[in-house]
Amino acid sequence: MKKLMLASAATALMAGGAFAEDVKVGIIFGYTGPLESITPSMAASAELAIKEVNSSGNFMGGSNVDSVRADSTCIDATAATAAAERLITVEGVSAIVGADCSGVTGSILQNVARPNGVGMISPSATSPGLSDAEDDGLFFRTSPSDARQGEVTAQILIDRGAKSIAISYTNNDYGKGLSDSIAAAFEAKGGSVTANTAHEDGKADYSAEVATLAAAGGDVLVVAGYVDQGGKGIIQASLDTGAFDTFYLPDGMYGDSLIEAIGSGLDGTYGTIPGTDSEGAAKFAELATAAGFDPTSSFTGESYDAAALILLAMQAAQSTDSKDWTAKVMDIANAPGEKIEPGQLGRALELIAAGTDIDYVGATAVEFIGNGESAGSFREFTVTDGAFVTDGYR
Amino acid sequence: MDILNAIVAFTNFVFIPATAYGAQLALGALGATLVYGILRFSNFAQGDTMAFGTMATIYGTWGLQAMGVSFGPLPTALLALPFGILVTVGLLLATDFSVYRFYRKQKVAPTILVIVSLGVMFVMNGITRIMIGVEEQNFTDGERFVFTAREFKEWSGLNEGMALKTTQAVTIVTAVLVVAWLFWFLQKTRTGKSMRAFSDNEDLALLSGINPNHVVRVTWILVAILATIAGVLYGLDKSFKPFTYFQLLLPIFAAAVVGGLGNPLGAIAGGFVVAYSEVFVTYAWKKVIGYLVPADMAPDGLVQLMSTDYKLAVSFIILIIVLLFMPTGLFKGKSG
Repeated sequence: MKKLMLASAATALMAGGAFAEDVKVGIIFGYTGPLESITPSMAASAELAIKEVNSSGNFMGGSNVDSVRADSTCIDATAATAAAERLITVEGVSAIVGADCSGVTGSILQNVARPNGVGMISPSATSPGLSDAEDDGLFFRTSPSDARQGEVTAQILIDRGAKSIAISYTNNDYGKGLSDSIAAAFEAKGGSVTANTAHEDGKADYSAEVATLAAAGGDVLVVAGYVDQGGKGIIQASLDTGAFDTFYLPDGMYGDSLIEAIGSGLDGTYGTIPGTDSEGAAKFAELATAAGFDPTSSFTGESYDAAALILLAMQAAQSTDSKDWTAKVMDIANAPGEKIEPGQLGRALELIAAGTDIDYVGATAVEFIGNGESAGSFREFTVTDGAFVTDGYR
Repeated sequence: MDILNAIVAFTNFVFIPATAYGAQLALGALGATLVYGILRFSNFAQGDTMAFGTMATIYGTWGLQAMGVSFGPLPTALLALPFGILVTVGLLLATDFSVYRFYRKQKVAPTILVIVSLGVMFVMNGITRIMIGVEEQNFTDGERFVFTAREFKEWSGLNEGMALKTTQAVTIVTAVLVVAWLFWFLQKTRTGKSMRAFSDNEDLALLSGINPNHVVRVTWILVAILATIAGVLYGLDKSFKPFTYFQLLLPIFAAAVVGGLGNPLGAIAGGFVVAYSEVFVTYAWKKVIGYLVPADMAPDGLVQLMSTDYKLAVSFIILIIVLLFMPTGLFKGKSG
């Protein structure tokens, strides 16, 4: 009896010794470049999840998680791959949170993550192109693809009785990708797209663009642009000439400055922005505020969820090897199982260790679809009496 | 009925915007053509002079608004125009005194003056951006419309609406008044006559006792008046942003060259030619044609010659065609 107890104690010790190694997670965002204003909050969110896991002490038999930041620059693929290469070869990270922008995310995935077999979860790469990218099962994202926004947009337009739409998009990858996905989804649902044309940002006058759209006609004008740029000019010129009086506003067009600039002409206009009314979002906001950063900054919730999913999946796989933990991500993220919100990571680790199934809901109501990307949830709104009024969530 | 709808659609989307834009270009081109006629160089700083004048007027407008002054249904900026013009006159005279006078004394070739004006352009560009910033400023107030598209539809019972913005009406009226005054000044006054004499033949003008410094000063004052008014009208009708004024340089010069550099009448004609061409070529004619032809012949496509993205390219094409085939422009200017 005594021997047996000694033996099992020794086994437990050895097991502990084998597992209680430090795990490193790389956080690769564009700390310099076009997204430099929002990436510090994104990184802080990911680190918040890591800190929560560490302070619970339940992670893989008491292992500690270290995070290492690296700069993706958002636009420079060469710099981004070099930074990711350094994370894997020098720092020896077992997983990557990132990258932020779609272009650099794709090049890190193809040039670094796949050759080295390291899994990554991006909180903010939304390009539809990444959905069908070859990823060996190593790539996930906690934000929905822009194609998904197209689907939701088309459905809302149909539900509200629009039969034909004209689209004006800002002339860049975001505008083009979004307008194409809206047009494709709307036509697939039986609607007709009368025109799908670009506008340049930063011009003084959009009457020529609006004249073209007016000639094409349509029940609703979808303006896939930016609220402080050409999108506003298009709406203003449309109202001035009486070309359109109902508009659809995708995420880039949501902002109080639009209502201020346009005034009562905007009443009756509707649209969507990413957003959720889940309790997780409120919990995350509390945690973020306590940690000293702004939870309403873009992609913070997604960043928290990305880091949390990685660590929970490692716990489920009892392994830091990417091949093992990436296989568990879908199980953790989706139902069935006990729902896990921000602030409950310690409990989630315990449940997993005890063999209970969990369903990670997180800050953004994560639910992964087929190819490992978030289905996303969108807030539908209507402009009523000069204010954005929420109609519901999809 | 259908012909009426076609006319209304055409007027609303092509005629009114193009006419207002043409008037703004014409005033800008008049300033450029005066400098070319009398000082004999292409003033690249024209667009940024307009931006500076507009900025000064915006500051004046804000001052008036702060004092609670308004111009009833018309934009307050019109009241602030004299202030803006005065400041711009000061800037242009100071520029001439400190920069152009030096090169005039050296009797440098016009090409050098063009490059000098390029430098002046960058400086003015910088001054405007430092003072008011690079963002868009909206300084239009008063009534927005003379009549709206909806009011027109209810009044006429047609399918198509037509709107006339206050700023468009103001632009056209102001442009007519300014041009009439300018021609009276050049034709009837002693100073105007001496300017024309100086422009036609500098040596003869000097021999007959015309004071060149006076002519130069008056020219800059006229340029300041025209540029400020053109800039303010453009800003009221569209919006003010330093960068878009810089981009106006191309259509303005296209207008001046089409009409014949140095010829005021040509500048006005050129302004409208460029404005109408830009809008005609990029307009989608589907709707207008749809009203005019029987229903079964109505076009499916947009019937658009060129995407609106290429609007600016139209100015380039006109510029090249005119320089190739008619270097002196429609109204026999001095270029070529």
